[in-house]
Amino acid sequence: MSALTPELERKLGAAVERMPAFPRSVQKILELTRDINCRPKEVVAVIEKDPVMTVKILKIINSAYYSLPSRITSVGQSVVYLGINTIKNLALGFAAAGILPRMNTAGFDIQRYLLHSLVVAGTARQLATQSARGEADPGDCYIAGLLHDFGKVVFAQFLPAEFHDALSHAVEHALPLHQAEKAVIGVDHGLAGALLAKRWAFSGELVDCIRDHHNPLAEPSAMMDCLRVADQVVRLREIGDSGNPWRATEAPAAPLRFGDDMEVIIVKLGSLDKIAEDAMMFAQVGKEQ
Amino acid sequence: MKVRFWGVRGSIPSPGPHTMRYGGNTTCIEVRSDDGSLIILDGGTGIFPLGQELLKHLPVRANVFMTHTHWDHIQGLPFFAPLYIPGNSVRIHGGYDVVAGRGIDQIIDVQLQYSYFPVREAEMRGNIEYATLSIGVPVTVGDATVTPLMLNHPVVNFGYRIDCNGKSVFFTGDHEPWPNIYSPQDEGYGEFQQIVDLQQAQLDAALAGLDVLIADSSYTAAEYSTRIGWGHGTLEGNMAWATRLGVKQLVCTHHEPLRSDDDLERAFALALEGSGRAGDGAAATLLAREGLELVL
Repeated sequence: MSALTPELERKLGAAVERMPAFPRSVQKILELTRDINCRPKEVVAVIEKDPVMTVKILKIINSAYYSLPSRITSVGQSVVYLGINTIKNLALGFAAAGILPRMNTAGFDIQRYLLHSLVVAGTARQLATQSARGEADPGDCYIAGLLHDFGKVVFAQFLPAEFHDALSHAVEHALPLHQAEKAVIGVDHGLAGALLAKRWAFSGELVDCIRDHHNPLAEPSAMMDCLRVADQVVRLREIGDSGNPWRATEAPAAPLRFGDDMEVIIVKLGSLDKIAEDAMMFAQVGKEQ
Repeated sequence: MKVRFWGVRGSIPSPGPHTMRYGGNTTCIEVRSDDGSLIILDGGTGIFPLGQELLKHLPVRANVFMTHTHWDHIQGLPFFAPLYIPGNSVRIHGGYDVVAGRGIDQIIDVQLQYSYFPVREAEMRGNIEYATLSIGVPVTVGDATVTPLMLNHPVVNFGYRIDCNGKSVFFTGDHEPWPNIYSPQDEGYGEFQQIVDLQQAQLDAALAGLDVLIADSSYTAAEYSTRIGWGHGTLEGNMAWATRLGVKQLVCTHHEPLRSDDDLERAFALALEGSGRAGDGAAATLLAREGLELVL
């Protein structure tokens, strides 16, 4: 079971409240909101690209206060529900918390992490649209991709020494990062992220995806399949960096749902250049070799 | 149940010869349930004359439901005389402000800061209580129930449905039917529109069987095109909504501060003509004016 004690889980949850967002989104939010006529869709486009801002919005909208009959899973839904001006002012509040420094004492590059998350998100959405129509919502798959590794930023920010050791442990022992995390921290980023997501009352499906994206034994929902395949394809193509040195396949190579042939899936996905270029611009990371 | 309008103007009080017939006070509506329980919707400047009227029958037991906390809906609150008299009790209900991170209990405290008002809340001698409401959870006041519903405005805004012995009235507060933030050619348009449609369908379902709809009708449809996102509805839009809901009566309120009585009547007549509601009789579609009383 979890080595994340309830006390540590509560502390991490509270810490995320004060967690700064990514540099580009903070800068864009400050810039956009200076104009009284700023277009709502531009504000939404910024929030949707920032895992920290997205987490904070979903946390508010799914809080017990609103006691909504069904969980809200997208920033778009939050805009309809709370109104764009309220979302804009919340985002300004998040921006006021400062910016995440690119490097931290854990040695985890958060901008390359952001690039990884954004490209997995875009790819998972595309997979859902192309190959899982009616089974998985493309918007939900995007959010799953954006937030699947959220536990890593939380580790980097709030358990930097332990996470640093886990990153080194993975390299030294040629282990997947999640196994190294379990060995060093006692809990992997999937479980840590999922515990937080559950505490914030995110949808059960999203919690499952975050917790089990490295667990081959987990029941593969359509959303989980989209996320795993996206994660795998993006890491194979070496776009961004999730901090995981391990390159072997951990998830089912190609889920039956998508026709059981990874080659076919990759061909069907086509070039991910557009998704990658947009993500690089936002993550402020240049082209990688 | 009786409904009486004390303030029907939007944004800012607008006294003067051009607003004599409909009135210049900002939003305040008095509702009396069948057993006489007092429900007040909003504390715009219209709550001042209401407060003076209430002094004739002390003690006052009032439940004030704030749709939202923008100035024109709270401006009269410090001048609501029953708050100053021992023996009175006033319970102020409203939403939770997610940006400030506070409930409705901040309302008077913020309004009565030293620089802006000479009296502190602690010096008000009436008994003041606060209730921060949960969306969709009904509150009982005497023989009536009041249900807050989340609407769309640049701040958290509740519409209130009041039910009393089989009769019902809904006041939107300030509300703009959810606009799509994308253009039809944008990728996100369809998905966003689905969410909007669902939200509207949920609101319509919550208003099933409604008798009287009191709706923010600030603009004409023509004016709206340059005021998207400002958080207000239109005369034409509300007439169509009332027809769709099958309500017995629509009352259009939150009149523009710069609109004279004559202009207001002209805009209303034009909208009514195009709505197909004119044949339902004069009582089916009304303009709110100070002193207007409805008996349900």
